[in-house]
Amino acid sequence: MGQFMMRRTLYAIVTLFILSLTIFTVVRLTGDPVTLLAEPGARAEDLDRVRAEWGLDRPWPVQYLAFVKNVFTGQLGKSFNYEMPVSTLYFQRLPNSLELAFAATLISFFIGIPAGIISAVRVNSPWDNFGKIVALLGLSIPGFWLGLVLILVFSVWLHWLPTSGQGGWQHLIMPSLALGWYFAASLLRLTRSSMLEVLRSEYVKLARLKGLPGYVVLAMHAFKNALIPVLTLAGVNLVVMINAAVIIEVIFAWPGIGRLLYEGIFQRDFPLVQGIVMEAGIMIVMINLIIDLLYAYIDPRIRLTR
Amino acid sequence: MVSTLDETPVSAATVVSQEFASVPWRWTRLVRQLPILPLAILVPFVLIALFANYIAPYDPTEPIPGAKIFEPPYWMQGGSAHALLGTDFQSRDVLSRLIFGARVSLIVGVAGTIVAGSIGTALGILAGYLGGWVDQVIMRVTDAWLALPGLVFAIFLATMVGPSMWNIVIILGLVYWTRYSRVIRGEVLSLREREFVKLSEIAGASRTRVILRHILPNVLNSTMVLASLTIGVVIIAEASLSFLGVGVPPPEPAWGSMLADGRSMLMVGDWWLTVFPGLGILLVVLATQLLGDWLRVRLDPQLRNM
Repeated sequence: MGQFMMRRTLYAIVTLFILSLTIFTVVRLTGDPVTLLAEPGARAEDLDRVRAEWGLDRPWPVQYLAFVKNVFTGQLGKSFNYEMPVSTLYFQRLPNSLELAFAATLISFFIGIPAGIISAVRVNSPWDNFGKIVALLGLSIPGFWLGLVLILVFSVWLHWLPTSGQGGWQHLIMPSLALGWYFAASLLRLTRSSMLEVLRSEYVKLARLKGLPGYVVLAMHAFKNALIPVLTLAGVNLVVMINAAVIIEVIFAWPGIGRLLYEGIFQRDFPLVQGIVMEAGIMIVMINLIIDLLYAYIDPRIRLTR
Repeated sequence: MVSTLDETPVSAATVVSQEFASVPWRWTRLVRQLPILPLAILVPFVLIALFANYIAPYDPTEPIPGAKIFEPPYWMQGGSAHALLGTDFQSRDVLSRLIFGARVSLIVGVAGTIVAGSIGTALGILAGYLGGWVDQVIMRVTDAWLALPGLVFAIFLATMVGPSMWNIVIILGLVYWTRYSRVIRGEVLSLREREFVKLSEIAGASRTRVILRHILPNVLNSTMVLASLTIGVVIIAEASLSFLGVGVPPPEPAWGSMLADGRSMLMVGDWWLTVFPGLGILLVVLATQLLGDWLRVRLDPQLRNM
């Protein structure tokens, strides 16, 4: 176990190193960040002054070390526009993003898990076909378009729900549905295939042979075990939703991390964009590491074979 | 006796063709095997995109002379027959913009998928066949790039590089190659141990020859299946980037930027600016998903559960 933990942690560190190198290189290869920052038509000495102020006149390796140091001290660099550490801005917005991501996760559970179970228990029935259509539409309907159509129907035509902003639970319904829609479809697919696999297993057959009622077999034996991969996916999805809900947050004027990224793009605030992307990467690498270690702890086959 | 040697191995292809030869050829068989629904959706879109210049009633980037802004479709009150689906905020024809938008979506979707597939397949083969440190480097880079949510990574690259259609193609290719390299590497690892590869190596074939003659043809099926799954993702990603203003730059008509243009008029109920471009995305992506399911069943039964 110790050796497995060491190796997985080392991989995670290498992954983060390559990630930071990629982000750093992309920013510097694609043009001079100072021209994004300074006013158009600024004089050369002004550009030099700005460059010195932000440390962009130093050699690349030095800049890279400064970037890594910023990541380690937890500041992630300073935003051009806000003149604040990126991490401060990030953690200011984090609760809002968490609220939206939790609501979207709940919605994806309510749609995806029951539909997936029914599809698996009644394979090739009309229920299963209905589930397949939902899964297909989940992958085909762009979430942000769904959000726009929801606004049109429920806010503009029916006046039932507020169009945007943050407030009571009414504000949360449409953005979380638009965000959770895609993830509901992927949960449905996974729940279905996971349930099908478990239902074919020996211990479910044994439970049936013992004469347990059908619902007990489903709830106590099959569902519990089928839930493990589903919960894993939901955990990863939650982290992705926190960091990647850019368009949904823009459409619904939700003051989360996605919108911070969008503001960064439009104000040409490259330290902000770079910092948020790095933070998103760190969170996802961490959650994957935690999940891998948990799996290895539960299941000795994993830690022995790799 | 080279000729007898050539005849002895019975390849999978000959078995399949013999099997098919036993059934009398009828054109109905061919039709029954075709995926009718996805083709019925995709073929018209492809034709529209190809012949946009001849079909579109107006220039998509210029206002219609004499037309008002935000005219509704012709069947609604205030609509007129010269703009069948209404006009936008610059009194441009929505129908013509939709037609040219199909071209942008399909070009980016297909070209982006080709770029992603080429990079991913090439790196996957190299990692799987060469092994050792090459494998380590390629797979660690794959891990690092997979750690970022695709859309966030694409937004980041597009912000840094600047908008243009071909930049978007390259960016989406660079973002979505990772899933190819994972799958293809796994396949090459088992192909590498197969007899025909070993025999070819013993016969003195160079690595390049083994890769091109024996490995590549055997992984192309998987590449095709993955491509059919990627194309919808790429089309939605392009629409998302264009919606955020970092994709295909205006006045070029892209479905994503049309959705962004229509957003401000959503609140007063001008639904046609939002509904039609979204339906375009939905139909094209749905058709590619269905085509992908069909391909997956035909080409690679092992990937059915993906």
